[in-house]
Amino acid sequence: MMRALYAFIAGALFGAGLFVSGMTDTLKVQGWLDVFGDWDPTLAFVMGGAIIPMAIAWAFVPGRAPLVGGAFPQKPQPRLGRNLVLGSVLFGAGWGLAGLCPGPAIASLSYGGVGHWVFAAAMLAGMVATPPIRKALDRRLPDG
Amino acid sequence: MEQDWIWGLVGGLLIGTGGAVYLLANGRIMGASGIVGGLVDGSEWRHWRERGAFLAGVLLLPVLLYPLYGEVNTHITGNWVVIIAAGLLVGIGTRMANGCTSGHGVCGMSRLSLRGIVATVFYILAGGLTVALFRHGLGWI
Repeated sequence: MMRALYAFIAGALFGAGLFVSGMTDTLKVQGWLDVFGDWDPTLAFVMGGAIIPMAIAWAFVPGRAPLVGGAFPQKPQPRLGRNLVLGSVLFGAGWGLAGLCPGPAIASLSYGGVGHWVFAAAMLAGMVATPPIRKALDRRLPDG
Repeated sequence: MEQDWIWGLVGGLLIGTGGAVYLLANGRIMGASGIVGGLVDGSEWRHWRERGAFLAGVLLLPVLLYPLYGEVNTHITGNWVVIIAAGLLVGIGTRMANGCTSGHGVCGMSRLSLRGIVATVFYILAGGLTVALFRHGLGWI
């Protein structure tokens, strides 16, 4: 139960941050990516602001355990494979096209209108389709 | 607007604090695509309470804050082909790469994870090229 409560608090902070930062405004996101146009620096402040508390949190991790028990996630092996690079390129293309990534896509559902629901539906469909796509790719050419 | 960067910084601090709570309390990485993706593809159903509670928070806070703003325009395109193609690309790409702006960008880069840094470089490059091509080249967005 405490785990769900903490998760709710984390989600609430995340949702509030996405809302007040303007990151659910697709033009602000595209404006940051648009280095050849009227560049909007806001996203850099959001990313920088988010990294500060997160870096402090990581500094607390060594030698400790999470509040609810268990263990902290290990740092992943620095494996840079096809899935990481190809996936990030596909994600970036979609991010640029619509100006939405998964967090803001969810945070904006209550006020963004029907376009946001269509985007979220397509995103969820893509997420459901990915495990078989990934399996087929890995069979032909192992990730690594 | 002049204060956009201040609100960006405030929002970013809130986002990072959310990630810090999720990490220090629950021992989890706050990655939006992983939290949603593990629910819709069924691979993480055993954590549905934790993930559902997180998503409830993400959905609820904008509902509570919205009245303070009056109106919020997200300026989403009216081109359905672009919306659907973008949604599919974001869904497939983030699950294939195992992370998005929150997981790789905020949580990964803040611990200097090489995977997080490489993913972030590639999705920003791809996003920048996409905006350049589709806005300045083709004029679609």
